[in-house]
Amino acid sequence: MAVITRTQKKAAMGITWDRETLIQHRAGVLDRTRETGCYNGLEKLPLKEAEPIVFERLFSKLRSGVVDARETSKKIAASPIVEQEGELCFTLYNAAGDCVVTSTGIIIHVGTMGAAIKYMIANGWEDNPGIEDGDLFTNNDCSIGNVHPCDVATIVPIFYAGTLIGWAGGVTHVIDTGALSPGSMATGQTQRFGDGYQVTCRKVGSNDELFRDWLHESQRSVRTPRYWILDERTRVAGCHKIREMVLEAIEEEGLAAWQQFSYELVEDGRRGLLKRIRSLCVPGKTHQVSFVDVPYEHPDVNLVQPYAKINTIMHAPSTIEIKPDATWALDFEGSSRWGWHSFNCHQVSFTSGIWVMMTQTLIPTERINDGAYYGTHFHLPKGAWMNPDDRRTAHAYSWHFLVSGWSPLWRGLSRSYFARGYLEEVNAGNANTSNWLQGGGINQDGQVHSVNSFECAADGVGASAVRDGVEHGAAIWNPEGDMGDMEIWELAEPLLYLGRNVKADSGGGGKYRGGSGFESLRMVWGAKDWTMYFMGNGYMTSDCGLMGGYPSAAGYRFEAHRTGLKEAIAEGLALPLGQDFDPDARGYEDALASGAIVKRDQQCVTTEAVFEEYDLYLNYIRGGPGFGDPLDRDPRLIEDDINNFRVSPQHAKQLYGVVMSQSDDGSWHVEAGEATAERRAQVKQERLARAEPTRAWMQRERQRVVDKDATFQVKQMFASSFGLSEKFLREFKTFWDLPDDWQLTEEELHRDLGVPVFGATKDTREDLSSLPDVHVVTFVEE
Amino acid sequence: MAYTIEQIRHLVDGALDWETAHRMLSEPKDAERFSMYREILQERVSWDDPILLPAGPHLYIVVNSGGDWVWKCDCGFEFCDYRQNWKLEALVYVRDTKELLGELYPQLMAPAPEWQVIREYYCPQCGTQHEVENPTPWYPVIHDWEPDIEAFYREWLELPVPERPRA
Repeated sequence: MAVITRTQKKAAMGITWDRETLIQHRAGVLDRTRETGCYNGLEKLPLKEAEPIVFERLFSKLRSGVVDARETSKKIAASPIVEQEGELCFTLYNAAGDCVVTSTGIIIHVGTMGAAIKYMIANGWEDNPGIEDGDLFTNNDCSIGNVHPCDVATIVPIFYAGTLIGWAGGVTHVIDTGALSPGSMATGQTQRFGDGYQVTCRKVGSNDELFRDWLHESQRSVRTPRYWILDERTRVAGCHKIREMVLEAIEEEGLAAWQQFSYELVEDGRRGLLKRIRSLCVPGKTHQVSFVDVPYEHPDVNLVQPYAKINTIMHAPSTIEIKPDATWALDFEGSSRWGWHSFNCHQVSFTSGIWVMMTQTLIPTERINDGAYYGTHFHLPKGAWMNPDDRRTAHAYSWHFLVSGWSPLWRGLSRSYFARGYLEEVNAGNANTSNWLQGGGINQDGQVHSVNSFECAADGVGASAVRDGVEHGAAIWNPEGDMGDMEIWELAEPLLYLGRNVKADSGGGGKYRGGSGFESLRMVWGAKDWTMYFMGNGYMTSDCGLMGGYPSAAGYRFEAHRTGLKEAIAEGLALPLGQDFDPDARGYEDALASGAIVKRDQQCVTTEAVFEEYDLYLNYIRGGPGFGDPLDRDPRLIEDDINNFRVSPQHAKQLYGVVMSQSDDGSWHVEAGEATAERRAQVKQERLARAEPTRAWMQRERQRVVDKDATFQVKQMFASSFGLSEKFLREFKTFWDLPDDWQLTEEELHRDLGVPVFGATKDTREDLSSLPDVHVVTFVEE
Repeated sequence: MAYTIEQIRHLVDGALDWETAHRMLSEPKDAERFSMYREILQERVSWDDPILLPAGPHLYIVVNSGGDWVWKCDCGFEFCDYRQNWKLEALVYVRDTKELLGELYPQLMAPAPEWQVIREYYCPQCGTQHEVENPTPWYPVIHDWEPDIEAFYREWLELPVPERPRA
């Protein structure tokens, strides 16, 4: 077999194939990949070609085995995040730490657990602390690849006859990690040191048993030890199940077959990606961009670090280049710098998460593994928010921008799909997967508790080129996610539901409308010493529309205190039930006591606020973006939207240019005939009258750039992108035809406005690689 | 899996039955789709320029009567060479005030103009909205797509390469 015969015997007594050390083994795999362009030098797939039945039998067994491990072990979990939402994933790796097969679920962790294994390999774990049969390792360190601390991974080496022949990994999203604030994805901390308990590939057990010191330490490091313990048992059980399955497969098919298979399948995955690109796309380049707001200059964002209390914008421009040979490159040059918030992420979280998205579009296959990674050239600028060059960065809510950072890629690919007629694959983008209802205190059972509602696993989906987006149905990060049962959330959280409804006007308008989000109105019930906070986009919509469709709506928050609902319930008075149909009309307030304190605004990132019994919290889950000119929308669909409270009559009229009337019974009728056609023709004339040639507008906008006329957050975003990318600055200046000496730096903003810009210059940043004896593993071009 | 031209016509019209659409999503792609799709679109436009690539519900890259490859609207308006950004030859309407953004969403659900604007790009002749952007102020007009048409036809589809633009 190719792998065995190509491997040179080494004198060193390592623990993996042919007594190579893990470092030697991985270096060999990478060298052979580099030399040939094929994973591990596999220019041919001898096992697949010579013994296809064995190959497929191994694939079926292992793939169904990891899925089975996930399904079985999740029943052990107590956390509804795992049990209801399926926020777990199990993966099988080859000895080099590359993913062979993975389960369903949060498969972003194909890469993150692989990064942990590679970190152990690169940093000599083989010698110290040693890697032996029966060992258990735990990792949730964000600086080496984990998404955020609440994604805790258990990793088990798999040995056969004394040789390490692979690894099993399992990850669950735990409900609390002992961060500054309760809930697994806290805000308020601006550095790693408040991000929660983090463990770096620590050996936490041997002989299949967890160490007592680990159990004692880890449980008291988080707020929800019962969930922590059961989640860990979930992961250990799954990993052991996978190990057992691999050993069984080796008994059935032979060790040589497993060895060959565990590398061939990765190369098979790489080839599969190329085939799909060729069969679905068009060579060339697409450019796209996304943004999200970080509104920290607000009284409801309480921070210890004063320099973090500024408004900033996160920026992710991207270029997809599909080459004539069907290879591709994803380039994020121009992205903004990391910041003093918990929304940064590691390069592997960013790249691995892209595969979660791609399994829903370009590679909807069971054979997702690290082959796709080896088939992709990534460029992530060092120092950007998705590849920080400072070891202090916080990552707890990296999802604030991860989804929207990737979502434009789907739009870029959709231009190809549309051009080739694969209209069913077109997607205008994805919702910003928020709000995240989080908080904690003493729950209805009298215990210290944290909550993180995963209702946002059911956002509105972007519209396609042939139909509306799915309504409140999915989140990009978990293709199997759903909103969960209200009854289960009420058991897990001291918050009663006063309503759960579709969120009107949340999906972007278009010929095909973005899927609607939804909203849950929760009332605090049975809690003591309770706090909650909001987490999502507010002042910006982070997902654009496509080909004439509009972006999904931005966010807002509603919270109410001193509501008087206790008395209202006792007296049988009206309660704020149902939709917050028109948030500008402040309908809920009609049912609140006159002295109620209400916060209704677009400040959708907050830190902990005290919530008393009968206080209210609206969990508004965002919608998806739209596709196509709204004037092309079928009037019958508009009528249906209005009568089902997905779109308000006022906005239907404005967006879609329709003539409509209301019946005595309150239902709406939209004219499908001439009246609407005439109105639409009129709207087109109105467009022509109000618009101006793009180049004329550019002259005026250029002057604003020359005058540096913009808000601080806009200027800070550009300055931080310019600081990391001369190319982005050059292109910006060329586009606006700016004088050679025009520049904008963060230092200038500090000098002129007196606003702190900590971390703006290289000499104020310190990379993880500066630590002694640390070998950082790099996965992308930087 | 092959589909009939009638089925592709239904797909283009958004009227394909879900069972077939689901099959399209879940099965390997039909290589002949592009030529059927192009044929359907070609018979629907009012002009004779051959469509090279569809780029939106009303936007195409075509070979015009002079043999140039250009961006063209349904209505017949030609924007510019296909290598240039057609948006620069379009009309733009920028929603950069609370009131203008509030026409699209409830005020509380609209982007705040201090952070973000919405730009609508229209055909200067017929007023069709071909694209919408949601960038910050100052953001350069995004050049969405630079297709490699020659490689697509010659190397991927193995179809004759349409005539090159004149020098």
